[in-house]
Amino acid sequence: MNTQFFAAWIEEIATAVRARRDHLTQLDAAIGDADHGANLDRGFTAAQEALAGASPQTPGALLVLVGSTLIRKVGGASGPLYGTAFREMGKAFGEAAEISPAELSTGLNAALAGVQRLGAAAEGDKTMVDALAPAAEALAQAVRDGLKPEEALEAAAAAAEQGAGATIPLQARKGRASYLGPRSVGHEDPGAASTALLFGALKAAASR
Amino acid sequence: MVGIVLISHSSGLAAEVADLARQIGGAQVPLAAAGGTEDGGLGTSPDRVTAAIEEVDQGDGVVLIPDLGSSVLTARLLQTPGHVVIADVPFVEGAVSAVVAAGGGASLDGVLAAAEEAWRVRKL
Repeated sequence: MNTQFFAAWIEEIATAVRARRDHLTQLDAAIGDADHGANLDRGFTAAQEALAGASPQTPGALLVLVGSTLIRKVGGASGPLYGTAFREMGKAFGEAAEISPAELSTGLNAALAGVQRLGAAAEGDKTMVDALAPAAEALAQAVRDGLKPEEALEAAAAAAEQGAGATIPLQARKGRASYLGPRSVGHEDPGAASTALLFGALKAAASR
Repeated sequence: MVGIVLISHSSGLAAEVADLARQIGGAQVPLAAAGGTEDGGLGTSPDRVTAAIEEVDQGDGVVLIPDLGSSVLTARLLQTPGHVVIADVPFVEGAVSAVVAAGGGASLDGVLAAAEEAWRVRKL
């Protein structure tokens, strides 16, 4: 997976977020402040513009630029969180021009660690971690099993999707939704839902 | 003097709490409000917070007081150990205590401790 692949990933994310913008906002309206779809749309549109302007030469540089742009432009809690995730992944890739599935797995673990360091959320708190952690684990398992890259990304996307769906019965313990207490039960967490979109986009980028 | 930055989802909330704290604690304290997104919506702007930190930093350190959610995450991204630190305190009471302490010439640790006193001040 080279720089072009990761640029395609960001393009797929921007398209998916735009298409699901109202759905994400509706999820957020139920247990948050109804801005998740709009915030991510703004953030990933700005990320695409930044990439077009700077043309980064390595996957690492590309992801760090995407992360820094998200931190500045998103406006909600997902900005610092996704921004940190992309930056940590980019830093883990270093100067490499080509990223193997094993390296992607390492990068994803770094992203997860960054998100958890900043947001202090654990699995089961009804946050993006509930989609991100299973996806990272599924990718690591796929690498151990020697699956082909497309199959590995397929497994990660399926795990993220399942993790997001599994947030519905949970009561939020982190973020804005935690102020709602039991009222947060019965709704899919918007951050977990958008994380599943990100992994769906990764799979889509691989099958281009 | 220690600088103070109030970080809120809401531009109006941050500005009004800053006004209140300034009135009680003294106008000489370097205090900035960084609320809302750049386009005036609810949220936080790391660029606004960064500019606010630079504005109030006189070299003696800066205390960040966030309200909730993304304000806390933005503050955590922008802290620098020993110089730009977060006060985990009630927004209004913590801001007033911190501004009073800073105005009295307290050190960074002193301002932080004063802000945390706000947890123990009962209203009734």
